[in-house]
Amino acid sequence: MPAVEELRDAWLASRTDKGFRAELAHVLKTYAGRPSPLTFASGLTRACGGARVFLKREDLMHTGSHKINNALGQILLAKRMGKTRIIAETGAGQHGVATATVCARYGLKCEIYMGEEDTRRQALNVFRMRLLGAQVHSVQSGTRTLKDAMNEAIRDWISNVRDTHYLIGSAAGFHPFPSMVRDFQSVIGTEARAQMLSQAGGLPASVVACVNGGSNAIGIFSGFLADRKVALLGVEAAGDGLKTGRHAATLTLGRPGVLHGAYSYVLQDAGGQISETHSISAGLDYPGVGPEHAWLKDSGRACYTTATDQEAVEAFQSLARLDGIIPALESAHAVSAAMKLAATLKPRQSVLVCLSGRGDKDVNTVEDRLAAAHPKRAGRA
Amino acid sequence: MSRIARAFKDLRSRGRKAFVAYAMAGFPDTRQDEALALSFLRAGADLLEIGVPFSDPLADGPVIQRCGELALKAGGGLKRALELVAALRPKTQAPLLLMSYCNPPLSMGISAFAAAAAKAGVDGCIIPDLSPEEAEPWGKALAAKGISLILLAAPTSTPKRLAKVAAQASGFVYFVSVAGVTGANQGLDQHLEAALTAWRKASPAPAVIGFGISTPKRARQAAALADGVVAATALLKPVLESSDLHAAAGMAKALAKAAHGA
Repeated sequence: MPAVEELRDAWLASRTDKGFRAELAHVLKTYAGRPSPLTFASGLTRACGGARVFLKREDLMHTGSHKINNALGQILLAKRMGKTRIIAETGAGQHGVATATVCARYGLKCEIYMGEEDTRRQALNVFRMRLLGAQVHSVQSGTRTLKDAMNEAIRDWISNVRDTHYLIGSAAGFHPFPSMVRDFQSVIGTEARAQMLSQAGGLPASVVACVNGGSNAIGIFSGFLADRKVALLGVEAAGDGLKTGRHAATLTLGRPGVLHGAYSYVLQDAGGQISETHSISAGLDYPGVGPEHAWLKDSGRACYTTATDQEAVEAFQSLARLDGIIPALESAHAVSAAMKLAATLKPRQSVLVCLSGRGDKDVNTVEDRLAAAHPKRAGRA
Repeated sequence: MSRIARAFKDLRSRGRKAFVAYAMAGFPDTRQDEALALSFLRAGADLLEIGVPFSDPLADGPVIQRCGELALKAGGGLKRALELVAALRPKTQAPLLLMSYCNPPLSMGISAFAAAAAKAGVDGCIIPDLSPEEAEPWGKALAAKGISLILLAAPTSTPKRLAKVAAQASGFVYFVSVAGVTGANQGLDQHLEAALTAWRKASPAPAVIGFGISTPKRARQAAALADGVVAATALLKPVLESSDLHAAAGMAKALAKAAHGA
């Protein structure tokens, strides 16, 4: 707990520290590549036949996703706190890669915990982390996915708390992480709002983002919270389908509970044991969700829907063909819901999608799935 | 006077330190968990912890994690833990403590849990992922049913933090011996003694040291610093690795002897 208090104090101090904010803005611009562009998805828009669809291009950030925003923020804090070692959990590997990247850049020792199942699904990212000098621990306990990686990272932090900073990548976990991660990701929403006004001529009817822990969603939503006319739509992973029990739709089907120190919605059984989850996206495989999303749901400010594995793969293919952008499977969940939504709206309206990451890491997964569905057409996507 | 307070008073009057043994509901299965727990009492345990296996045991090392996975498969959980306490209650006057992560009791509802625990005969609850900041509703609901809420402290706890723990702790305080997880084997933390001294200034409640009490020697060292020790990993390891319930009881006996003699 003293370490958590130390972190909370350092974060609170950083919020009003002009030097810190200037340094973060500088590295976000010169190292990560901010601001990320806003792209009008003309192909998707034509195909949907309704509202104009805009994409906030976090896939174009250094390391390939929005995760770099938070990793840079936290590494600067860790340096200020005098920590010499960084640990992190990762699901799809995007946060692990972002963390390994900033550790390489700032010369800190880096160890990443990743579920054994995910190291298999996301082998490319494991190799990237190793190239960047990080040590990757394959976690063999429990369900061998993101939540178990987080368990193991917390155990490491408990054991090495004096010199180590735990760089959580999601808007989940114990305070101050959900609020701190939102702060570092809010740059997405701040930029996107200004870009919509200047490029699209007005605010969107709806902002759509995939949600699991929910860091990209809370980041983009935060820019529009005060715009009551802008609907906020989070998209959870429905896996094989909500009725199959094989999904990760925490806000949709979970109930309140405590996981990793946060009181929020949790997928759990009648006895309070945390459930196994499933999603084609290793990054949408967590049985909890950031507590601010629970609040947005309960207050009615945001709505949450789901997309199945199949719908995500179809959206993945659509965006590739219609607009020449291969999205991460996580982001493809948001694209799927946005396409359905856009079809119901008018051309003068617009839908803003947070394209949280790029899909290079997922091409093998999609290829395998398409090959299994159409053995003769294998390799033809 | 509560069973817990009486137990520490009796031990103190005999100049003895407490030995607290940990058994887990559903481990090695729901037929033998009671026998294992009883064997620890016969071996000299003064207080008994009944662990609730949990899917995500953050504070536990590999041995207790694995025991928990097996216990859950065997039908262990909060319900079984309450059954086990109810079965043990008529057979012992030793305080029975339930050790559970937050979520299983929370899932039942804190008040309903407190009522069910009291009915089963639970004397105290240890909730390793509950911080003093969040403890108030738990403490109130449990106190209303005569159950102590036992909070944790660590060698890294500052005097300010210990005062916060002291304000809400009842029964005793559970000091972890290291910055680490259960089953850690790195020796007592160098800051532990200073933290215990600070605790005594903050509270009259007894302090018991757990985590990493793996050998009689370690038990003796730790017991000398505090009012007692807890053993868990050392007791369950022989059962996990070779289904040897006798070896587990033998370890309990050796650790009890070492703690009592400190």
